[in-house]
Amino acid sequence: MSEKRALLTGAHFMNGDVACAEGAIAAGCRFFAGYPITPATEIAEHLSERMPEFGGIYIQMEDEIASIAAVIGASYAGLKAMTATSGPGFSLMQENIGLAVMTETPCVIVDIMRGGPSTGQPTLPGQQDVMQAKWGSHGDYGIIALAPSSVQEMFDLTIEAFNLSETYRVPTLLMADEVVAHMWERVVIPSSSKIKIVNRKRPHGSPNKYMPFMPDDDMVPPIACFGEGYRFHATGLTHDEHGYPKTQSSEVQSKLVRRLCEKVSKSSDKIIRIEEVMLEDAEVAVVAYGIVARSALSAVRRARKAGIKAGLLRLITLWPFPEAHVAKAAQQAKAMVVPEMNCGQMVREVERAAKGTPVNFVSKLGEDPHTPMEILEAMRRNS
Amino acid sequence: MPERIRHKPLGLEKVKHPKAEIHLIVDQCKGCGYCIQYCPKKVLEESRDINARGVYPPRIVDESKCVICSFCTAVCPDFAIFVVEKPCKETC
Amino acid sequence: MFEKEVHPFSNYLRSAMIPHIWCPGCGNGIVVNCFIHALDELQKDLDKLVVISGIGCIGRTAGYINADSFHTTHGRAIAFATGVKLANPELEVAVISGDGDLFAIGGNHFIHAARRNIGIKVICANNFNYGMTGGQQGPTTPIEALTTTTPYGNIELPFNLVHLAAASGATYVARWTTLHVRRLTQSFKRMLQKEGFCFIEVITPCPEIFGRRNKMKTGLEMMEWFRRASVVENFSDPAKAEIMPEKIVVGEFVNVEKVSYEKLLHEKIAKINEKRMKW
Repeated sequence: MSEKRALLTGAHFMNGDVACAEGAIAAGCRFFAGYPITPATEIAEHLSERMPEFGGIYIQMEDEIASIAAVIGASYAGLKAMTATSGPGFSLMQENIGLAVMTETPCVIVDIMRGGPSTGQPTLPGQQDVMQAKWGSHGDYGIIALAPSSVQEMFDLTIEAFNLSETYRVPTLLMADEVVAHMWERVVIPSSSKIKIVNRKRPHGSPNKYMPFMPDDDMVPPIACFGEGYRFHATGLTHDEHGYPKTQSSEVQSKLVRRLCEKVSKSSDKIIRIEEVMLEDAEVAVVAYGIVARSALSAVRRARKAGIKAGLLRLITLWPFPEAHVAKAAQQAKAMVVPEMNCGQMVREVERAAKGTPVNFVSKLGEDPHTPMEILEAMRRNS
Repeated sequence: MPERIRHKPLGLEKVKHPKAEIHLIVDQCKGCGYCIQYCPKKVLEESRDINARGVYPPRIVDESKCVICSFCTAVCPDFAIFVVEKPCKETC
Repeated sequence: MFEKEVHPFSNYLRSAMIPHIWCPGCGNGIVVNCFIHALDELQKDLDKLVVISGIGCIGRTAGYINADSFHTTHGRAIAFATGVKLANPELEVAVISGDGDLFAIGGNHFIHAARRNIGIKVICANNFNYGMTGGQQGPTTPIEALTTTTPYGNIELPFNLVHLAAASGATYVARWTTLHVRRLTQSFKRMLQKEGFCFIEVITPCPEIFGRRNKMKTGLEMMEWFRRASVVENFSDPAKAEIMPEKIVVGEFVNVEKVSYEKLLHEKIAKINEKRMKW
């Protein structure tokens, strides 16, 4: 049993699900609890094979709710933990995602989006869960969601997701779509010295003075884990810095909930990642994410060849929403084009940030992502 | 139950009773009455004075009758009563 | 000036949270009292204990015991506990929750954890209703009992929890009432020294909410019901261990040896890696 087996440094040809699993392993994830669901099953299957090689824990739980609950438990017991699912499972997990937010549990939840709503199109892509990523659980809270566009990003962004969740003590979502999850591409897994790993902030000071929800200046409290003598309490009820329930105080509620929101929003400049292609002088700016961004990139290149000053703003971080970047692109552009595989979700955020610059939504549902021609047509109409 | 009160040594006329010290955390009592009801020696009764919670806590009737069975200690839902054994001297 | 009395178990309780919120006569305090008693007699290392509870009055227990503790969402305590135990099998993981939390919304997690034989210790405070939310019917509410959602009398047959636990694969199954304080403490001790999934049902009085609606408006009346009706039938068939107005069968029903899931998992991992080394 050796940690050397964990990191498969080298070049590989693999699919997105497997890359995501390897990314988790590279990030130090040593606990996975999941439930089979197309198109995320391969993540579970791959980890069921790989985890034992270095003493990691894999368990198939009885449902998605149990999976996320077990992940939160394992995280509090000190392991980096992850689960993976798709739309129906993601809906089931919402209550416990809220628990993870409220108890500030570092963990990663992967949602391989498929056609919805309900059972929908299990084997085909969709981008219909992206708003749910931000608003899915009840109550107000801040959360981080990333959208990979390639198999390499399935690997890289899974590591990033773990790092973010450990830094901000918040569940982090990896919102991939079925195409990115199932397609095969070349992935380069670097050596361990080239991979940045962030571990959670541990408490400083004596156990009997430890307050599990007393934030440092960065609004993030250090986290102890079970079995180290801290004897702390965590609850989903509104609580004070000691972690004890304080459900009758509006002051406590206000302080806690606002901090849970601002912990993420106030650090958004450190969290947000985007990719800009030919955006500096773009008159038509395409804002896209996930597999659709791949088509959008091709469309932008063709548009340039056709004389249209097109540019692409690829959202790598969906939440917190890259408002400032969208606003900047909107300022100089005459129009924006937002292709999504849904009936209009992130486009609403783009409209909000674009402050008046016309935004044209290109919707596509079912079967295939937008073709570059479909996006190019929309750009032509708006240039 | 202390070992020495289970066996009566031969030739001993009087069994030596352990001496109990019954402690009442009066204001923590919620007046359920379990300790009073289930004391095998009827050592407790309801007090005539209410405590800070507005209920009637137990009152010790005769501490010398207590055999330190500790049922009251175990059955109290509020950790408001406990019995310990007074250190035993030759004369007890 | 009187010295402030300090209960011998005060080290086991979080002083900032005591006195607890439970009603006068509520059996939850007795469950906690006996559990602490067992911890004390075994001199358990509290630094290695994790107390996990669900939603309900008994769910507040996690906040009261002075150990690492977690108060989960409704019904999910056992799933959470599974994650904790697998991540660190050295921890003593106890789930203390209620009949509705463990067997209605949490029923699925209960049967699977028992099936897997994961080494968590589950204590169910069964008060026959959903007390915290005002007294609704639950999966253990007796026939014809009055609750806020069965105002004409309950017609749903209740679960026999010890039968369910035994059938699902638990290695230790017992049922006691809060009147059986000594046997309950002994059962807690046995459970804390046992490998695998253990389950203890504790029938607890809920006078304010359940008893009051069912002709037992004080804790004493409920405890008297326990005293009149309970019969100790150790190792009798759990399928026949009923709870009726005239008979409450209590006792230890199952006490077997079976390898725990976490041990099996680690053995499997070791075997897999042995094979790999031999290549």
